Amino acid sequence: MHIDLTDQYQHRESLIHHLDPRVKVVVTLFFILVVGLVRHGSWIAFGALFLGVLGYAAASRLGMFYAVRRSFIAIPFLLAAAPLPFIIPGPTLISFPALNLTISEPGTIRFVSIMLRSFIAVQAGILLAATTPFPDLVWAMCSLRIPRPLVAVIAFMYRYIFVLADEVIRLMRARAARSPEIPGKGKPSLLWRGRVTGSMVGSLFLRSLDRSERVYGAMASRGYDGEMRTYSTFQMRGADWISLIVFSLLILGSLSLMFLR
Amino acid sequence: MHHTLDIQDLHFSYPDGRVALRGVSLFINPGEKTALVGPNGSGKSTLLLHLNGILRGEGEVHVCGKELTDDSLRQIRALVGLVFQDPDDQLFSQSVYEDVAFGPLYMGLPKEELEQRVRQALEDVGMAGSETRVPHHLSEGEKKRVAIATVLSMDPEVLVLDEPTAGLDPRGRRELIQLLRGLPQTMLVATHDMRMVAELFERTVIIDEGQVVGDGQTAQILAEPHLLARHGLEAP
Amino acid sequence: MLFSPTPLHIPDGFLSIGVSVVGWILAVVFIGIALRQTKDQLGERQVPLMGVIAAFIFAAQAINFPVAAGTSGHLLGGTLAAIVLGPWAGTLVMTAVIAVQALLFQDGGLLAMGWNIMNMGVITTFTGYAVYMLVIRFLGPTTRSRLIGGFVGAWLSVIVSASAAAIQLAISGTSPLHLGLPAMAGVHAIIGLGEAIITVGAIGLLQASRPEVLTTGETAPGKRTATFTLVGLLVALAVAAFSPLASARPDGLEFIAELQGFLGLAQGPSFELMPDYTLPFLSDPVLTTMLAVAVGTLVVFGLAWLIARSSVHRGTVRD
Repeated sequence: MHIDLTDQYQHRESLIHHLDPRVKVVVTLFFILVVGLVRHGSWIAFGALFLGVLGYAAASRLGMFYAVRRSFIAIPFLLAAAPLPFIIPGPTLISFPALNLTISEPGTIRFVSIMLRSFIAVQAGILLAATTPFPDLVWAMCSLRIPRPLVAVIAFMYRYIFVLADEVIRLMRARAARSPEIPGKGKPSLLWRGRVTGSMVGSLFLRSLDRSERVYGAMASRGYDGEMRTYSTFQMRGADWISLIVFSLLILGSLSLMFLR
Repeated sequence: MHHTLDIQDLHFSYPDGRVALRGVSLFINPGEKTALVGPNGSGKSTLLLHLNGILRGEGEVHVCGKELTDDSLRQIRALVGLVFQDPDDQLFSQSVYEDVAFGPLYMGLPKEELEQRVRQALEDVGMAGSETRVPHHLSEGEKKRVAIATVLSMDPEVLVLDEPTAGLDPRGRRELIQLLRGLPQTMLVATHDMRMVAELFERTVIIDEGQVVGDGQTAQILAEPHLLARHGLEAP
Repeated sequence: MLFSPTPLHIPDGFLSIGVSVVGWILAVVFIGIALRQTKDQLGERQVPLMGVIAAFIFAAQAINFPVAAGTSGHLLGGTLAAIVLGPWAGTLVMTAVIAVQALLFQDGGLLAMGWNIMNMGVITTFTGYAVYMLVIRFLGPTTRSRLIGGFVGAWLSVIVSASAAAIQLAISGTSPLHLGLPAMAGVHAIIGLGEAIITVGAIGLLQASRPEVLTTGETAPGKRTATFTLVGLLVALAVAAFSPLASARPDGLEFIAELQGFLGLAQGPSFELMPDYTLPFLSDPVLTTMLAVAVGTLVVFGLAWLIARSSVHRGTVRD
């Protein structure tokens, strides 16, 4: 599924796109933290945070429902929380006497709250990736004091994902071209297919290892000394500071709604 | 200045025991454009990697009159611009600008000069205005030209290129040859492109099994079909 | 498959804030050590080597093979990365993979990333590596023992990290342990076979074409840590998995009821960090649980280390 390597960044001329990437990273992390802090069943607070995501998407000119449409990635994981309505004791909502199962109110509230949390949080992540080019994100990580070698590894990885994905596509085509299905003949065993896949992974590794050596050579011949260096790209302007404060206040305001009853 | 390359009796074996160079000696004059030809596995690329100390064999390498030692390594890397065959190895950054600025950044240049160098290098290779583009999205010919810009920005005395025309379509190849023709640096270029050799280089060196087996005016070398055939080459 | 295709990437919203923070603290510690260890191990090649290999793992995860009924086997890669580069480099490589997957593809959450890094970047690499090295140590550095070690290591690493994820979900009050643990472990016992087969195929190819690359990982730092991690995790998991069976009531119901009370599943908002303006750090059942788990794990680690010294041979050669 990772072969879908279309860039997640969507260019628009919007206030959000022009913000310092550090503001966007900090606001997104703060937002996701607050989403996690909202009490189970505080529907008003969840509603306010959801409206916040919609507004952010609209302000970035991606269309209000841009992130909603892409936010279903966490659904399979809901299976993990699915037993909650059945096992948490409390007032019964529905019961199935034939199956000896009851759905409890607190269990349902917890389940729906978890669902909403992941639904809202994932949208914040989608909007961060859609409004910030990955190199800017990398620069922001550096600037926010994430250890430079780690950030550099991430940057190199991003650069070579595309190169290696092309190699993978060629390998898989070559495999497909040599794997005809002849009627009447059985398919090769599962174990055999798995080992072939493993050999492909192994040869991709060898190519990657050689490539890393050549890349190192290209770096060393241009003076690389083991320390990653960067130059400053962004400066926090007035608009960045104001946005940071306004967004933070809005997020805190939404959180405080959970104390309303 | 001496813009010269001087290699004396260079030997090198890979860690797995494969012998790649068996006593290579070569002197290249200031401003001379020299082609390095030979079959696959002859040691061409291995030789190029010695010219700025990525590999270190036995023997001596002098660049612009300076001997390559541990102490002079950094200086020599600034003097020799080495461009790898696969531009995806050469272009490892996230934007064209970052890649062209990488060398000057490690030379410790101030911001204004760094920007000036990047602009100039991209202009020299005909890629001005592509600073913010992503290397992966460039065409093969554009990648090759940006790869050359990544070393031009370091203002080298000597350019060392590995297979600059490999993988290019005819137009991309033509543009690259024009570009190389216009560059003033001393140049050593490993290639299989014999038509380019005939067109661009006044001198040709043949290397096979880690030894120099032919060296002379390109016209003379190309006029010796037996010599070429013996080492897996053909005249264009 | 139940949680296919990326069963171990926990999204945001499923782990409580307290659990997430603990995960991040652990991840930061491990990443910090890994950065220092790999700098010593790889020198100037640290960044380009691990960067390209991280891209390799990401790309290799896309190489799948059909298993049955529309499902396919594919690689997570933690064990393979550790075998070829060593466990600390493997940790960093997997961290980069997990970070890019979360940032770019929302595959795994940002707040949950601490545990995702621990599960897929630390636990898989160290358990897989430990098994691989133990098998080599006791069967000798032959092709056969590398393949056996790679197979068992890859298989076990996936199960162990899936079980760890199940425990984190249970402590967060998201998924009951008595259902979540067997489900996650069971599903991943099958998924882990795909991981094991691909890992063995890759090791086989490396052994046949360039055996010298395997020595990089085998001589890398981190063996002792790996052994500790493996033995400790295995014993801790065994305790978690089998304690219901060992309790006085054979059906385990008592244990489940206790556990639910213990985890505060029925108590509503006690999972948030600041419920009703009180700081629950001392009385919170979650933290008590985590403290108990931590102390228990430490004790178990110590015991396991002693037991392992005498009986590890039997334990690993069985397969």
